[in-house]
Amino acid sequence: MAVKRLHLMVCAGTGCVSNKSMEVKAALETEIEKHGLAAEVDVIPTGCNGFCGVGPILLVQPDGIFYQQLRPRDIPHLVEEHLLKGRPVQRHLYTPPGEKGTIPLMSDIPFFHAQVLIALRNRGMIDPEKIEDYIAREGYQAAAKALTTMSPQEVLDVVKASGLRGRGGGGFPTGIKWESTKRAPSENGTRWVICNADEGDPGAFMDRSIIEGDPHSVLEGMIIGAYAIGATRGFIYVRQEYPLALKRFMIALNQARESGLLGEDILGTGFSFDIEVHRGAGAFVCGESTALMASLEGNVGEPRAKYIHTVERGLWNMPSCLNNVETWANVPPIILHGAEWFTQLGTGDVSENPWGGSKGTKVFSLAGKINNTGLVEVPMGITLREIVFDIGGGIANGKRLKSVQTGGPSGGCLPEELLDLEVDFDTLTAAGSMMGSGGMLVMDEDDCMVDFARFYIDFLMAESCGKCTPCREGLRNMNMILQRICDGKGQEGDIELLEEISACMIDAALCALGTSAPNPVLSTIKYFREEYEEHIREGKCRAGVCKALITYKVDADKCSGCTLCARACPVNAITGETKKLHVIDPNVCDRCGACYDACTFDAIIRV
Amino acid sequence: MARLSVQSLNALRDQLQAERAGREGKCRATVIVHMGTCGISAGARQVMTALLGALEERGIADVAVSSSGCAGMCSREPMATVQRPGEAPVKYADLDEKKIVRVLDEHVIGGSIVKEYALAMGSERAG
Repeated sequence: MAVKRLHLMVCAGTGCVSNKSMEVKAALETEIEKHGLAAEVDVIPTGCNGFCGVGPILLVQPDGIFYQQLRPRDIPHLVEEHLLKGRPVQRHLYTPPGEKGTIPLMSDIPFFHAQVLIALRNRGMIDPEKIEDYIAREGYQAAAKALTTMSPQEVLDVVKASGLRGRGGGGFPTGIKWESTKRAPSENGTRWVICNADEGDPGAFMDRSIIEGDPHSVLEGMIIGAYAIGATRGFIYVRQEYPLALKRFMIALNQARESGLLGEDILGTGFSFDIEVHRGAGAFVCGESTALMASLEGNVGEPRAKYIHTVERGLWNMPSCLNNVETWANVPPIILHGAEWFTQLGTGDVSENPWGGSKGTKVFSLAGKINNTGLVEVPMGITLREIVFDIGGGIANGKRLKSVQTGGPSGGCLPEELLDLEVDFDTLTAAGSMMGSGGMLVMDEDDCMVDFARFYIDFLMAESCGKCTPCREGLRNMNMILQRICDGKGQEGDIELLEEISACMIDAALCALGTSAPNPVLSTIKYFREEYEEHIREGKCRAGVCKALITYKVDADKCSGCTLCARACPVNAITGETKKLHVIDPNVCDRCGACYDACTFDAIIRV
Repeated sequence: MARLSVQSLNALRDQLQAERAGREGKCRATVIVHMGTCGISAGARQVMTALLGALEERGIADVAVSSSGCAGMCSREPMATVQRPGEAPVKYADLDEKKIVRVLDEHVIGGSIVKEYALAMGSERAG
């Protein structure tokens, strides 16, 4: 057994890799070799640590020292100082925004210590391409426990009692779904379990990170689910745009098969189950259960009406249990530690009614105008304020928070007054937003809520499959109305018309894409109606986003005649001589804001 | 990898966990070998190698071995500091390959300080 005195955990999540973490890793290996430390020091590529905003990340264990924003050229010094001389290098340690002192230990950094990891339990601690690393952290113990000491019904009962609800957004109780699939009649006994890895929300990367960082946790969850339900085959529907996730899944599947954890006679228990991976072509609607199954069958990815649920007649008309990546990843710890352990975290009471609360944790991807962009796992019931300010580190550049959007394109925008809301499935829905799959977008005073709604409706219009009229035509018309409001051509009655179209879509659209599509519009009207009214009645965009409604001017008192603005202007709309007042020609100006950003004297004003 | 049974899965897990204890940050003790220029020229590298070799021989993975700079008493190098959780750190001086192994067996593993080699108890205050 080779004893390594130091373990260098290099983040190899997509975020860090795109910031050259693999070059950092190569530099580490070169330097370690050069100093003759190869026998003492192990370099391990891990999955996403979640703190993507400060990547590339390096964690030195057992010391627990957290390095951030490393570049390959920083490595020779770091290896010499830390690895040879044992002195952590101050300038690569984490410094909280607005503070001067560094925080050397990962466990002391607020971003990390406020999180509770269940789905991401192996985050940053394992090499996702090594099954040994997963096994060392109790991997496949839950599957072994279920298969050898529990009956399928007992497994099902534990999942039901845990109160686990679907993490893909719907929040449907997982145990009930499993039970319905198990009970559904099947002529030849065929049942499927399916993993939904078609994460399509803009700005959401929870599922990708789980797969990239810990693929075996999803496979193990599926094995346990298949055993409880009585399925012999599973499918993973992963989107084409996730090449690294796909690669890690394929490696994990092969390793699991070689080790007898998938395939015939799993762990010598007589239970057989295998998993097939299907690559989706990247249609947003294919995250919807019936569209996903249609796509799996090789048909066009369109949803169907659900008079008959997919748990009864799903894929190839067989009982099918579809759960999201994060839901599957939650299953092994629940089986290993029991339902009671899981229900200690979260809100409400699920002992009588599975919809009575939200238990466990939820993974969110934090994006937008927030200091700590990244991936976090928090207990249900935490407030939005804690997520945004304690973990997220508050709003970037000293701006004021305006709104938090939860739930991706189908979710809604909540204003600052509602930041003390508890994050759970039912509270967010009641406030006009939703949990969704866990995207969380933070907006500040420079974001226009009308433009924001327009952006999402634009996205949804492009992604609507067009099968049902309310969604296809509703989105098209909403997009038209929102566009004209942003162009300064809004009319009295537009807000009411948007509300009317929304109500029709909620009532009549075929699938959840259509029924939830009005959420961005309705929630912004509900909480930011005055911004819509300003656009329509006063031709004003307070955030200065809608170009048709703003003009740029030069403040004569502040302009020093430095010529910076004139040089930044791409359309030569600014004239003026050195050290003399500059003037913007409104007829030439295309309102790009380049002068506004370029001016160092705050002399460009936006009105 | 061969096909696993429940028994072999558990055995593999135990073995892997033992190998990876350091990665989890779980350590029964920390040994810091002072490796400033003075330490290295006095033989700290050999002390470090001997220590790591002894740990490997004994199959111990939950002792963290770290290096640090000069401890300020260059004339007494090679030096090492042994820290067991909840106990005051102990500095050893004038070490060599044999002495460090004795420190490992008696102090790090056994829990009793090797007084002949010990320089002092405690560390300087930081800051």
